[in-house]
Amino acid sequence: MTYFLYDGSFEGLLTSIFEIYEYKLDKVSICKISTYEKGFFNKEIEVITQQEKSTRLQKGIIKMGSALDFSQIYRAFLSELKGVEDLILNYTQYLFTEKRSVAKDYANKHVLEISQIVKKIGREKHRMDAFVRFRLTKDNIYFATVAPDFNVLPLNEVHFRKRYADQKWCIYDLKRNYGIFYDLHKTEIISLDLPTNILSSSEEFFKPEELHFQQLWKNYFKSTTISSRINKKLHQQHVPKRYWKYLSEKYLQV
Amino acid sequence: MNYERIKEKLNILADAAKYDVSCSSSGSNRKNKTNGLGNAEGIGICHSYTPDGRCVSLLKILLTNYCIYDCAYCVTRISNDIKRAAFKVQEVVDLTINFYRRNYIEGLFLSSGIFKSPDHTMERLIQVAKKLRLEENFNGYIHLKSIPGASDELMYEAGLYADRLSVNIEIPTKEGLKLLAPDKNRKDFLQPMNKVKNEIQKYKSERKLIKSTPKYAPAGQSTQMIVGATNETDAEVMYTATYLYKKYNMKRVYYSGYIPISYDSRLPAIGTEVPMLRENRLYQTDWLLRFYGFSIEELLNKNHPNLDSDIDPKLSWALRNLHHFPIDINKSDKQLLARVPGLGMKSVYKILHGRKYRKLNWEHLQKMGVALNRAKYFITCDSRNFETKDYTPAQIKYKILSTSQTKYKNTLSQQLNLFG
Ligand code: SF4
Repeated sequence: MTYFLYDGSFEGLLTSIFEIYEYKLDKVSICKISTYEKGFFNKEIEVITQQEKSTRLQKGIIKMGSALDFSQIYRAFLSELKGVEDLILNYTQYLFTEKRSVAKDYANKHVLEISQIVKKIGREKHRMDAFVRFRLTKDNIYFATVAPDFNVLPLNEVHFRKRYADQKWCIYDLKRNYGIFYDLHKTEIISLDLPTNILSSSEEFFKPEELHFQQLWKNYFKSTTISSRINKKLHQQHVPKRYWKYLSEKYLQV
Repeated sequence: MNYERIKEKLNILADAAKYDVSCSSSGSNRKNKTNGLGNAEGIGICHSYTPDGRCVSLLKILLTNYCIYDCAYCVTRISNDIKRAAFKVQEVVDLTINFYRRNYIEGLFLSSGIFKSPDHTMERLIQVAKKLRLEENFNGYIHLKSIPGASDELMYEAGLYADRLSVNIEIPTKEGLKLLAPDKNRKDFLQPMNKVKNEIQKYKSERKLIKSTPKYAPAGQSTQMIVGATNETDAEVMYTATYLYKKYNMKRVYYSGYIPISYDSRLPAIGTEVPMLRENRLYQTDWLLRFYGFSIEELLNKNHPNLDSDIDPKLSWALRNLHHFPIDINKSDKQLLARVPGLGMKSVYKILHGRKYRKLNWEHLQKMGVALNRAKYFITCDSRNFETKDYTPAQIKYKILSTSQTKYKNTLSQQLNLFG
């Protein structure tokens, strides 16, 4: 088995797949360099990410298949699941042997598996669209912290840009330690040293009215519940407990 | 802002508004073109869920719960001894904007008790929407629940700022309405609906000629019926719904199981269970009518005026029409596939795509997520194994029920026990 070790970037993954084609190799596996565990009999190739190869593969996939195939691959990649690189490799290989879009060929096991991952990604992306809670900082930035199961923030950007065009905002992924910041003109990726008490809306960082609005919201939430219809199971299905810590209507003591 | 005072009002006026089940924020097409705040495109987002499992997507409040009318089924009725409150127009605007900017909501759902007169009340609701759009440059979703009896001019104006308009019909039958809401007349609901329908049509045809025609209620109109407050049949509910869909181009009709809130002898007593299972069956029927190509006569008719509670309406129809089955999953067209119990529209599309590549067998279907425990009695596929026995409808029903679970099990077994 030959191991292709890449830098963890999407371009790096595409470069790896490109090279596997170029050298017509089989019995290969693609791994992130950072999580790779050396084996005694392994043959390793360290991949140097090349924008050109990555773009060529991207174009190839879209031309031979469709834009949907490419977006499936990208989304699956964002799952960061162990072994997803090999799955993407298999999918790509299947696409190139079939010479057509295979995105909906669910009876193929690689396609099905990818589509199931993509579904999870989609769900997580929507959860973030829904569960992001901005808090207004002293310097007038609407600031939210999240910790999604998958690395979906790149998928959320467009939605928030469109919606909150007239306010500065930042959504920060605590798990992966990076955020997207919008300054009224453009978005950029940022990395911050956040204080440990960032989840409490202390007046050190946030506007005095911030807590008032959280409380109003929590109050609203209580008042809008119909007690004769309570259905705990359904509720937790919709809002799994692990998300509660980001929802002020859930954790805030009034 | 006096937060304490606002909090108090919010508690009262959200509590009073919660019985309107519509929380949809979908179906509009308002973009954020002006680099302002918000957009209302495509499917709306549920930002949270209440412990009763309902989506929270809009700030749903009454402008005031003062009301001069006395509709028996409504908590806000004049004869009810409750705390009353009223928001100022600006207060609603501020709350909406501040909640929206924090990503709590998709927009506002505003309704009101009737103070002074329908027009007077409607005018205030419009003021809120107008301020949001013109002063705050707000492009999020606005649903105005219009006041029965509001004039055509005001209904016209409302549509210029709102994404969706609704007038709730509340009681499905004329007789029921007379009994429970003597102040109201069917015409008070239907006239505003009619006006809105006409304006939407006019907008659409003008828009074809002149691109810049101002928007008019882009998410259409909806209405709500309370079920279980009078002794109407499911057929009466659904025939009324069908009429409203057709005649007024309703986007949605909502069914809200009556929640007992009064000791009035005309109504089910306090403590009576909310008919949630029935509500669920009505929604299923509604979907079959709108998306699955069923006609109302097939699902409810003289011989079958009420939906079954133990099985869903599609299965019920299939069991009454076994002569259409089994159908071949690899050959049948979309319409027929949609009629198979256990096949949702999603599975139907998966089958249609999947079978382009190869003939589908049981294993494929299972992987696609088809509910085979129901579907298998109604289909054949690329396999020599299929249910060859000629079961009777009762046998199939028994077999399916014994392998499936329902979240209404408790309600069901109680109800079934009742009927022995
Ligand atoms: S008019 Fe509306 S708010 Fe007033 S009692 Fe009747 S249903 Fe309730």
